[in-house]
Amino acid sequence: MSHQDYEACEDGWAGSRQDPHMLNMRLYVPAVLFLVTLLLWNGTASAFCGFYVAKADSKLFNKASEVAIARAEDKTVITMANDFKGDVKEFALVVPVPTVLEKAQIHVGDAAVLKHLADYSAPRLVEYFDANPCRLLYPESRSMDMMGKASPSLQREKALGVSVEAQYTVGEYDILILSANESAGLETWLTENGYRIPKGASSVLHSYIKQNLKFFVAKVNLGEQAKLGLTHLRPLQIAFESPRFMLPIRLGTVNADGPQELFVYFLTRQGRIETTNYRTVRLPEAQEIPLYVKDRFGDFYRDLFAQQVKREQHRGVFLEYAWDMTWCDPCAADPLSGEELRSLGVFWLEPQGRPGRGPQAQNVFLTRLHVRYDEAHFPEDLLFQETSDRANFQARYILRHPWTGQDECTAAAAYREQLYGRYEQQAQTLATLTGWNIGEIRKAMNLAARPNRDEKKWYQRLWNN
Amino acid sequence: MCRLVEHVTRRFRSCDPRLYQIASLSTLLAYGLLWLHFDVSILQIALTFGTALLTQYAGTRLYKLPAFDPLSALVSAAGLCIFLRTNSMAVAALAAGIAIASKFTIRWQKKHIFNPTNLALLVVVTGSLGWISPGQWGQAAWFGFLIACLGSLVVTRAVRADVTLSFLGCYIGLLTARALWLGDPLTIPLHQLESGTLLIFSFFMITDPKTTPDSRVGRLIFTLLVALAALGVQFVLFRPHGPLWALLICSPLVPLIDRCFPGSRYDWARPSKGELTPPLSAPVFVPLSIPSQQRRVS
Repeated sequence: MSHQDYEACEDGWAGSRQDPHMLNMRLYVPAVLFLVTLLLWNGTASAFCGFYVAKADSKLFNKASEVAIARAEDKTVITMANDFKGDVKEFALVVPVPTVLEKAQIHVGDAAVLKHLADYSAPRLVEYFDANPCRLLYPESRSMDMMGKASPSLQREKALGVSVEAQYTVGEYDILILSANESAGLETWLTENGYRIPKGASSVLHSYIKQNLKFFVAKVNLGEQAKLGLTHLRPLQIAFESPRFMLPIRLGTVNADGPQELFVYFLTRQGRIETTNYRTVRLPEAQEIPLYVKDRFGDFYRDLFAQQVKREQHRGVFLEYAWDMTWCDPCAADPLSGEELRSLGVFWLEPQGRPGRGPQAQNVFLTRLHVRYDEAHFPEDLLFQETSDRANFQARYILRHPWTGQDECTAAAAYREQLYGRYEQQAQTLATLTGWNIGEIRKAMNLAARPNRDEKKWYQRLWNN
Repeated sequence: MCRLVEHVTRRFRSCDPRLYQIASLSTLLAYGLLWLHFDVSILQIALTFGTALLTQYAGTRLYKLPAFDPLSALVSAAGLCIFLRTNSMAVAALAAGIAIASKFTIRWQKKHIFNPTNLALLVVVTGSLGWISPGQWGQAAWFGFLIACLGSLVVTRAVRADVTLSFLGCYIGLLTARALWLGDPLTIPLHQLESGTLLIFSFFMITDPKTTPDSRVGRLIFTLLVALAALGVQFVLFRPHGPLWALLICSPLVPLIDRCFPGSRYDWARPSKGELTPPLSAPVFVPLSIPSQQRRVS
């Protein structure tokens, strides 16, 4: 557990961590006495303690795309992760964008920063250790305390109704900004220029053209790539100002082979982001699961997610993480530095070294959404809104180790008595969360081999005979 | 059997339509809480209802109304609990206070101008004190919703069914036209319509007879304007909560529409469709003393 964890842990027990934004908000509330007294009831950030054990890597999922969106006052910076595995000559990206982008609005980011953001916000597994029941009056709080230590010809373009609004080389990428009059021409142009467009994309392109969207088109410039000596493709970043707060997913669903996975990380000033045209659902969290899951956390999380998708009838968008970027508890990775956040587009953060600014990120709230989408269940692009909700949330799962000491006392007997019930509960939680077979879970936990404490009649338990 | 149904329907019809609204909204709220796990605490619900009723009572005394009528306050409070999300209990109470107080204070020709719930919601959202989650209902229970909402039309004697039907008609028509123009598959407008929030708005918010025009022609014009504005907010300004903003923007036009197309004023106790009473040929007895307190605020 990092030093930061420890601090956060102590904070949680000593009292609430006051969120500066919440304090500002309170000033707006009229000073009616009745209402003012009510203010005391909110704003408590609960701290989570425990040893951070594992995280569910976004690479667990096939065909996963990762996008980071930093946004405030309609100013938006989108970072698109690039995990393209094939021949870079084959790489091509077509993204509808609301405005014609100038060269200065396009940037190549650092994959490591995006990876850091993904690690920081990943679903996590934490461990707790039960304390000796014989010695402690307040085992729970004490145990917490212990844990604390721890391009192409112009004529052809005209004929097709496609105009190249701008053309740039940024880093290892050749970038074109296209606008078009009609989709068939655009589709032909893209195909002629070596962009593979799935069959049926024409109607989607048509819709985007009518909505006055432009097309950001990128290919790899092999010469530049060789000059830079890069072996991987770095994430592309675009910055623009538009009231549209959406993510176009429709092109990706055309002729797609099964559902696709998308992780979106939002960095905002005010609070949590949610979808307005699909239901945003919090994943189940803070559930105790059997200890053996420690070695199978990846499988556990993948199956849990699949189960939740099914429960929401394949139409849900899932919240995995919502947190103020200044801290974390427990930390799956350290919070991002101000410099890292700025590189992801958090323009409202002053560069470090300016007077009056601390080393930590300020006023940056992170929301991580995970969506599994296909054409049938997600016919429309994702539309978002920023809420004023700054409540912390994380997909966190708990391993609770039993106390295995040999001390004998009444409390120890009672403690051992309730353990079986706890194991059974953990088994059932695991089965419900993942859809795994309860019999197999019990077997893996060696539950069948344990003496059945329930054999005692109720009156035997009453009089302890 | 038919007689029984008729009897039950008649009994329902003799009730104040707001009772059915309260029952429907409460059922939807309970469904949201128990099934969809809405982020609304019991405390927030209690505070919203408590503050709404207190404000209604205070308004009744302050404006010297003949009687305390809690029903409209209950409808507004239920609406707020369904729509408003906030982490602050003070904001929940504030919203309820704004909603009910607006009925007494923002008036024109003895009618309040804004739908109380709508106004309070947008004040809170604009002030970044709370938020509305339009996607919170998902698509799963949409048909159940539709049935519950349609049921309200039957039971409330369809007094303001024209508002719902014409708004939905305009809205669906415009959404479909947009989809056809864009060349989008019809699954897109269908998805846009499969929204619990839209249904609650159409059946329980825009229908408020106190804030809609008195005449039927007026109401048809009004709903067309609301539908156009709602789509404008969504697809031109690219902002969420299109219908809510549209209703807020169009509400001040109601006095103007009423002036152009007069109709009879709505009374909850005697639900009417808004036709003007025809001139009577027979002599009528006019009471000598006209009660001075005829003003109703509900």
